[in-house]
Amino acid sequence: MKHLLTAAMPRDEAIALLDLAEDMHQIQDREVKKLPALRGRTVVNLFFEDSTRTRSSFEIAGKWLSADVINVSGKGSSVSKGESLRDTGLTIAAMGVDGVVVRSGASGAPALLADWIGRPVVNAGDGTHEHPTQALLDAFALRRRIHGDAARGKGLDGVRIAIVGDIAHSRVARSNALLLPALGAEVTLVGPAAFLPVAAADGTRLGVRAETDLDLVLDEQPDALMLLRVQLERQGGHVAPSPAEYITGWSLTDERLARVPEATLLHPGPMNRGLEISSRAADSDRSTILEQVTAGVSVRMAVLYSLLASDHPSSDNGGAR
Amino acid sequence: MTTLLTGAAVLGGAPRDLAIDGGVLVDPATIDPATTDRDGVEVVDASGLIALPGLVDLHTHLRQPGGEQAETIASGVRAAAVGGYTCVFAMANTNPVADTPAVVEQVHRLGLDAGLATVRPIGAVTVGLAGERLADMTMLARSAARVTVFSDDGKCVADAELMRRALEHAASLGAVVAQHAQDPALTRGSVMHESPLAAELGLTGWPSVAEASIVARDAMLAEATGARLHVCHVSTRETVEVVRAAKARGIAITAEVTPHHLLLTEELVRSYDGRFKVNPPLRAERDVQALREALADGTIDIVATDHAPHAPEAKQTAFADAAFGMVGLETALGVVQQAMVETGLLDWAGVARVMSTAPAAIGREPGYDAPLEIGSPAHVVLIDPAARAVVETGHLKGRSANSPFLGVELPGRVLHVWHGGRRTVAAGEVVA
Repeated sequence: MKHLLTAAMPRDEAIALLDLAEDMHQIQDREVKKLPALRGRTVVNLFFEDSTRTRSSFEIAGKWLSADVINVSGKGSSVSKGESLRDTGLTIAAMGVDGVVVRSGASGAPALLADWIGRPVVNAGDGTHEHPTQALLDAFALRRRIHGDAARGKGLDGVRIAIVGDIAHSRVARSNALLLPALGAEVTLVGPAAFLPVAAADGTRLGVRAETDLDLVLDEQPDALMLLRVQLERQGGHVAPSPAEYITGWSLTDERLARVPEATLLHPGPMNRGLEISSRAADSDRSTILEQVTAGVSVRMAVLYSLLASDHPSSDNGGAR
Repeated sequence: MTTLLTGAAVLGGAPRDLAIDGGVLVDPATIDPATTDRDGVEVVDASGLIALPGLVDLHTHLRQPGGEQAETIASGVRAAAVGGYTCVFAMANTNPVADTPAVVEQVHRLGLDAGLATVRPIGAVTVGLAGERLADMTMLARSAARVTVFSDDGKCVADAELMRRALEHAASLGAVVAQHAQDPALTRGSVMHESPLAAELGLTGWPSVAEASIVARDAMLAEATGARLHVCHVSTRETVEVVRAAKARGIAITAEVTPHHLLLTEELVRSYDGRFKVNPPLRAERDVQALREALADGTIDIVATDHAPHAPEAKQTAFADAAFGMVGLETALGVVQQAMVETGLLDWAGVARVMSTAPAAIGREPGYDAPLEIGSPAHVVLIDPAARAVVETGHLKGRSANSPFLGVELPGRVLHVWHGGRRTVAAGEVVA
């Protein structure tokens, strides 16, 4: 692995990353949370878009691996003065950094930077395209829920997962729709028609099923439900239903929660309680929401280690992008 | 200066000689077959080469005035000349917009100064391309620039009543309205073809129906007004079907396709390389096939380049932020050879029709109706169809290099061009 730009990866590569994340996960129980693996390495968190959760998670992951971590945000940087994406990337690369973590509102920006700067690039979310480390941490948290301490080496074979909400505009949904089937899971995307991408309609590209009726999907007793943050205010009146309409059709209400008593619940956060998910659902013992946050650090440690550790076998072999 | 071209395959047919004198084609029999350069006659051995009439591009962006960092009229006609063009129609979306006699006459004058090819300014349909009120079309038509084509290209005349009035006005002037068919409400934020790939890449899709629905509406408006409608850069199978139905109904509709839509598909966008961002977007394989068939059967009348130069900084950025458009003048003929001739869909006479005589007829440009016949203006291109070369930036003679064909091997080479009897290209290079 030369970069982490997409969650589309072979099963064995995904399982190797999740297993490495299991190793990293152990550090959370230690009094001194520090590994020397990336000592002397410099990682830049280049965030063109606001983010607290993801940026902090990458920063902690880098620091726990002993890397020097620099945060650069779009606001107040040369980017806001009109410097192009390419020039910003080349400038940062010229400073001798070892890896760049990129968050951008533009789909494909991390892929372009990877081509331009010749340094390992991690996609920390690009536009409405992908958020691969989020998908990895979702898979990690779900795998732990299902297999517990015996998770190493295992996939998510036969696990049925419904992803509910604004699929079309969700990079989290897109990355999960690529990664989870590779791990053996069966994924169903659920949402109002305007929230389902064209790809889902014919299922050829993402390899997943799409449904508009959440209640029908719940009747099938999925093993897990992933509720996405719905941003109705960003959709405009032509596309999105009203909050009341959304709750009627697609919210995980208390009533719907009671109909799937065994299902594990995931949410990438931050949540709109009362819109896509009820408080009771969010706070239930079937919710993995905080476990996902914890898993985020472990997964990002695994990714940074894989890309940047000089003694890691995949760090310089030019393999999958 | 008299010029004798010996043994050219005229329109791809049997070899014969062509002679140029006084800016027109003359009977080669009037020239002694034993003549040589030393006799004051330029003799060009054209054996193995194909002679075509000078190409006419109904859809070129020359960017001047206002966008000179990307292209000027002088640089644009150099690109045109090496591509085999002797006449280009310059789109109106300049800065200021070509919506006044002053601007179209400036473009016309700069074209005359540049030489190499005829530059015919296109007039805007609406003031400032704003889509709110009609430009002074009569003044543009009667200006020294003699505007015969009106277009808001880059933007769609979305308001149906404005389009109706524009068509009525154009009909009274003997002009044509060239529509950029794109329903703005269906394409908000769109940057590539709407498809499973767009969903995979996280890029906002441009649905095919946004083009076809406008063409269907405009065809009915053209029928109602008795006007001539020209559809710019048809890109989808659905639009082809609408144009076919409109023609069958007897509506005065013509349509163009770009070289890039005849050869390239949306798959290239997978790279997120801004060079592949164009409006309308690169479509799916089924669309490419439909466009080729439509050009072959006459549903689509012409090839037009939509040559759209951009400075590097406008393209070397995130795909969603990159400017729309590709340069195309230099590579058009090679692309058409590959997509249409080498696939057996068009012969060279057909190429002459779709790249010269038909666009000249739509734009009412005289001198192209009897291609390569004695007495016609000497607009002549000699090409070597057997040559093949990888497109490199050195081949691009305009000011910008945003070509989707860089690094791609294309067939054919434009070797020599005469514009009204004047040599503009020799051995593939522009003659100063």
